[in-house]
Amino acid sequence: MSEPQVSMTVHFPETGTAVIEISGDVTAACEPVLMSAYEEACAPGTRFLILDFTGLTYMNSGGIGMLVTLLVRANRQQQKLAAVGLTDHYRQIFELTRLDEAIALHADAATALASA
Amino acid sequence: MTTSDTNDPGSPRDAGNWATKVDRLAAPDDKSKVGYNITGKKVTGPQQGFGRLWQRTYSTNVGTVVGARALITDWKVNFGDYWPPGSVFHNSLTGIEPGAVAPIEVGIASHGPKLATGIVVIYADEESFTFMTPEGHMFAGMITFSAEEDAGETHVEIKILIRPNDPIWELAWPVARRKEDEFWMGTLTNLAAHYGVVDATVTEETVCVDHKRLWRNWRNVWHNSGIRSGIHILTTPIRMLRPQRSSG
Repeated sequence: MSEPQVSMTVHFPETGTAVIEISGDVTAACEPVLMSAYEEACAPGTRFLILDFTGLTYMNSGGIGMLVTLLVRANRQQQKLAAVGLTDHYRQIFELTRLDEAIALHADAATALASA
Repeated sequence: MTTSDTNDPGSPRDAGNWATKVDRLAAPDDKSKVGYNITGKKVTGPQQGFGRLWQRTYSTNVGTVVGARALITDWKVNFGDYWPPGSVFHNSLTGIEPGAVAPIEVGIASHGPKLATGIVVIYADEESFTFMTPEGHMFAGMITFSAEEDAGETHVEIKILIRPNDPIWELAWPVARRKEDEFWMGTLTNLAAHYGVVDATVTEETVCVDHKRLWRNWRNVWHNSGIRSGIHILTTPIRMLRPQRSSG
């Protein structure tokens, strides 16, 4: 499998909420990077997880599959998942795959936080 | 809203690889006789299914005579030709491309009636393509076919992320799982044989990603393609007796 062309950083804007900022290409190859970021985001008490796709440059179907497995893990921990910063193109892909029915889509992190 | 960081800000690199979203699927006009369990249905992803979520991976090595891109090009055009006998894939004239809807007829036994369902191509690039399933299909989810070159050899993989679509298909899972093994292992064996690899070794790996059943989706049984195919077959004589509607 090719090297993942992605970087992910985690920060905690408020208690109980973690944001994973995703920059680069989201493919199946970046699963270890995403799962590592998820582990970091799962600090005690994290109930709301925001995936910030502002830096997303490419996504294939393997990337969507990876997000499904992340969603399952988050559901198991009773965490809510939201996606922000999606362009119209990537928002349309979430709708096509019906991932938008399980992951709430918001324009930005502030809007997502306000909805929590 | 931000834009993608690409050379052409207006067009992401993957723009041509994805299907456009549609609310309801429609079988191609020339395949409407076998597409009766597709038209009007929604696409179902893993979160719209009912049963446990499984990730299944089949892979094989097809040797050195074909590269990954050439193999995927061939597979897109001749997809159904590599299937084991008994089931039919009704490819469109344009082959597998994003947005294409293809009816399929699945042979339950070696002879006899076939279950009608279908797939929609949601993604295709030069080294992979992905299907999702319509409501009523045995499984809700995604299946990705890909090829990759490593040390001069081409490796082929089928990766499936699915939930049985309703309680009936969940009950049938132990049988469906074995059938699926036979089917996809047979497909990869046929593909490898086409490229000169006789008796290819096909590996299979299955992981239960989610043991939880999604009871909120039990009503998916309404769309069950097995039941609907049975009804369709039983009512064929009635449809034949019905007067043809004039087109004027």
